[in-house]
Amino acid sequence: MKILVTVKEVAEVEDEFDIDGLDIDSRYLDYDLNEWDDYAIEAAVQISESADDVEVVTATIGPERSEETIRMALAKGADRALRVWDDDLEAAEYLDVNTKADLLAAVVEEEDPDLVLTGVQSADDSYGGTGVALAERIGFEWAAVVNNLDLDADAGVASVRRELEGGVEELTDVELPAVLTIQTGINEPRYASLRGIRQAQRKPLDVQSLGDLGLDASALETPIERTSMYEPESESDATIWEGSAEDTAGELAAFLREKGVVEG
Amino acid sequence: MSDVLAITESRRGALRDVSYEMITAGRELADELGGELHLAVINGDVDAFAEDLNRTGVDAIHTVDAGEEFNHDVYTQAITQLYEHLSPTALLMPNSVNGLDYAPAVAGGLDLPLVTDVVGFDADGGLEVTREQYGGKVETTYAIDHDAYALTVRPAEWPQAGGDGDAAIEAFDADIDEDAVRSTVNGFEEVGAGDVDISEADVLVSVGRGIEEEENIPLVQALADALGATLSSSRPIVDNGWLPKNRQVGQSGKVVTPDVYIAIGISGAVQHVAGMKGADTIIAINTDPNAPIYDLADYGIVDDLFEVVPELIEEFGGEAPEL
Repeated sequence: MKILVTVKEVAEVEDEFDIDGLDIDSRYLDYDLNEWDDYAIEAAVQISESADDVEVVTATIGPERSEETIRMALAKGADRALRVWDDDLEAAEYLDVNTKADLLAAVVEEEDPDLVLTGVQSADDSYGGTGVALAERIGFEWAAVVNNLDLDADAGVASVRRELEGGVEELTDVELPAVLTIQTGINEPRYASLRGIRQAQRKPLDVQSLGDLGLDASALETPIERTSMYEPESESDATIWEGSAEDTAGELAAFLREKGVVEG
Repeated sequence: MSDVLAITESRRGALRDVSYEMITAGRELADELGGELHLAVINGDVDAFAEDLNRTGVDAIHTVDAGEEFNHDVYTQAITQLYEHLSPTALLMPNSVNGLDYAPAVAGGLDLPLVTDVVGFDADGGLEVTREQYGGKVETTYAIDHDAYALTVRPAEWPQAGGDGDAAIEAFDADIDEDAVRSTVNGFEEVGAGDVDISEADVLVSVGRGIEEEENIPLVQALADALGATLSSSRPIVDNGWLPKNRQVGQSGKVVTPDVYIAIGISGAVQHVAGMKGADTIIAINTDPNAPIYDLADYGIVDDLFEVVPELIEEFGGEAPEL
């Protein structure tokens, strides 16, 4: 059995930042493994540890910088990694959900996995669409926002729980092959061990261009264009207590007493 | 015509609030485009739902009698066929958990560009939509240069529509290919029941990611104890297993409406805000002055919680635990 996990490197923004044109100035960005994908990796690695002959392959659309993040996934137990990038991708201004799904569909065609796991969304642009769009492209069944997974590979069924709003979970059976988008909290992602980190350096990490995947630059054309980025006007009319911690705690305490939350 | 087709949502026999919001959002976009607003009602008691959704501003309601509960394979087929029947300019879907379970598939199948989690649109000279990025720290606009498009809109962003409508209600006979239905919804389960019901509490002390380590949770518990308050949390704390699910405030947890909500080390992600914005008084303690929680807060302390919380506990005669 082969499990493909899509792994994205996401940008995190410092508390204070400046916007440069259509994006945040890169000086204020730190890069990390997307939190949701961390849970997807763990779900895949747990399956590989509980059964024989399960290969876990990660797929990433990203520049060379993202290899640090990919090595983290390998250190956590993925067997090998594939990174899609070339000059055309470098030059692309914006990859919309349909474009990402097309690129990942080409990876799926090459890898032929039985199961694809993705994070529900990415922490930076919170699109939440790539997994289901990918399923549609490749003709796999799917389930979005999965917070429990019970895989019966022999029967060809994934029994999942989907986390709905308001503390309700939906119990659903999904036919394999399938794409599942994984919600945080489904498991406890492991830390990469030192041994894992050493081993990750020796695991295969292949880079493929659009051409390698049988695509060309036309795959990146999109009718969607980012036109502006700005800091939203603060709607805050909060009273901010200022001073030392002792002062501010005193102000808050006085307020809570006045409000009758605490007596005396 | 530049019509809008908006998809509504129900669960376990009742329309969800987002359905009425879809009317408001859909009407706004239809007015900008100069077209009609059509609604689709796909499962459950579709006739009763259609009557309920017949509110001011709706031009037509299409009922698709396709099972009691949501199934994305059925939804995808039904919406695709209805879309092809109506050829609207805009296909509007909720950015709910179920919306995210079919919208990308429908958009992909119809070859429509898709933008998710939209919080605003401007159709003056081509469509431009607004969404948030980087956890709400920035807003971005996107222009869509295409003759038709699919959008998912953020729940609770538009008000719910009211008033009586005079929409034409028509049954749409979707031809569902059962062989293409490869998922089965077996039921539902309520989660997060427990000994404490945070939705009943008058005062909540709520802890978020800023607490850093499980070992630091007793600090916030000590504050809750000193105040006679109930301890709640944002999602990451529950994901980490530091507090049980019944303590989680937010979209996928509990909706709370206490008199006082003290958010400690909580940035205010939209999913969390959905659960606590109804609190009477909101107080935030967070190091980041730009955190979205301050847009909601009535009072705030921009400081390190590890400095402020022990002082607060002392104020109320409690003792801060050694960390």
